[in-house]
Amino acid sequence: MKHVIIGAGPAGIIAAETLRRADPRSTVTVVGDEPEPPYSRMAIPYLLTGSIGDAGTHLRRGADHFAKLAVDIRRDRATGVDVGDRRVALAGGGHLDYDRLLIASGSHAVRPPIAGMDLQGVENCWTLADARRVAAGARAGARVVLMGAGFIGCIVLEALAKRGVELTVIEMGERMLPRMMDDVGGEMIKRWCESKGVRVLTGARVGAVSAADGGLELALDSGESLRAELVVCATGVSPNVDFLADTAVRIEDGVLVDEYLCSSVADVYAAGDVAQGPDFSTGERRVHAIQPTASEHGRIAALNMAGGRTRFRGSLSMNVLNTLGLVSSSFGLWMGAEGGETARAADAERFRYLRLEFQADRLVGALALGLTQHVGVIRGLIQTRVRLGQWKPQLLRDPLLVMDAYLDCTRRRA
Amino acid sequence: MHKSLLIDPEKCTSCLQCEMACSFEHEGVFNPAKSRIKIFEFEHGRRAIPYTCTQCAEAWCLYACPVEAISLNMETGAKEVAEDVCVGCKVCTIACPFGTINYNQDTGKVIKCDLCGGDPQCAAACPTGAITYVDADWTGYDRMREWAQKTHSQPSA
Repeated sequence: MKHVIIGAGPAGIIAAETLRRADPRSTVTVVGDEPEPPYSRMAIPYLLTGSIGDAGTHLRRGADHFAKLAVDIRRDRATGVDVGDRRVALAGGGHLDYDRLLIASGSHAVRPPIAGMDLQGVENCWTLADARRVAAGARAGARVVLMGAGFIGCIVLEALAKRGVELTVIEMGERMLPRMMDDVGGEMIKRWCESKGVRVLTGARVGAVSAADGGLELALDSGESLRAELVVCATGVSPNVDFLADTAVRIEDGVLVDEYLCSSVADVYAAGDVAQGPDFSTGERRVHAIQPTASEHGRIAALNMAGGRTRFRGSLSMNVLNTLGLVSSSFGLWMGAEGGETARAADAERFRYLRLEFQADRLVGALALGLTQHVGVIRGLIQTRVRLGQWKPQLLRDPLLVMDAYLDCTRRRA
Repeated sequence: MHKSLLIDPEKCTSCLQCEMACSFEHEGVFNPAKSRIKIFEFEHGRRAIPYTCTQCAEAWCLYACPVEAISLNMETGAKEVAEDVCVGCKVCTIACPFGTINYNQDTGKVIKCDLCGGDPQCAAACPTGAITYVDADWTGYDRMREWAQKTHSQPSA
């Protein structure tokens, strides 16, 4: 059996390792197009702060890790797939034949269609190569504008601030983290950042970027203009699916996969950021571009490629973020469910916030700010669909009792 | 055979000796806030539950880690955090459905129970036998396992 995996990120690498165990006699080839050993984008902020070196971002330790597993990692890029002949065309001119194919090609950073975004000094912060350029430009005292205060923007924000730059953040949405935080949480994070000397403009748009005095000038829609030596663009990512354009593989927001991580074409699977798979909370198919989903997708897709029949129960959308020392997390349907109920506890002075979302007597979503201990039980409660019974009215009054509710409910069940 | 922590809440008097011992073993200070085992009190202190990692077979934390900072100690079965590898991204803290791997603001790394390399100090310090270190297939540990597996499955209702 010949397994080919397109993409050397966490989903692809975990799939390769799982295949090696589940299908020992197969050949496993991973195609990655970046000039680095397989690494984690999650680690990039820590590279920017200097707390780790390049090797600290690597997914696996030991230079011979993949050789020992007989997993062939090839530096090349898939340019097309012939699902009839089961063949992947490569940019280097060659091709790879497969029996089963995993698409784990991830996503790429996208820039908004604004004049001047192609100028020197405008960088993404998505790949290791991007991070090295950002590090070179983000010298202490440099004026840096960060476009986008979503999850990735906020992770980069912390790293940039730690480098001692003069930082301005511009977010198009009405609050920071518009897809991970509600108004209360977004406002707290903004106020926190401002108290740490970061200028945050929400509901703001850049009209154009131009070269000025050896640096850059940003014209905002508000009429204000900003000068910067470096502009970091973190306005979003998009799945890498171009090479599938001429195939029958169905694509919406990503490669559509069923509960076995199989695409619309037999023997073609997808995992990670590029896959639009079952969402635990809604039952619909969603792209959840997060590390835990990449890891679960990769493992389950591989088990099925190896001939198993392992069903994926759906990924839970969740994120955890450190913004200049303020830790926030979000889980599932944090924005609320139809016919559901909400509990909130907010302490704006101490930057603490907990929001719980219920449907009947089950927890379906949550936001937490300034809370770092035992937050995992929120996932536990949501994903095991624990019936909270008498605890629900108590949690509606005081959501901070969530750990007590968890222990009591799980002990009763156990 | 691996051994595991067996916790009998009925015997817990909430004296916090386990938290002190854990904190001293790992952090060098007697500070319950830095313990990897926590006592939760209910009913105004009439009931207490010592709570820590069960070293579950699913190892959610280990699989969620993007930089391979969490590994299995083959001797003890503990999932251990390598501090020099952990970057502090906290993905494991939301991935663990038991909430037993937590972020330490002081070090910028995560901490969890590592069974003290096979000589858990919480069990050694517990004066009432509420925490003991026993063969893994012994008792209530299986119930925790069962519970862990439920995070995989659909509701029966």
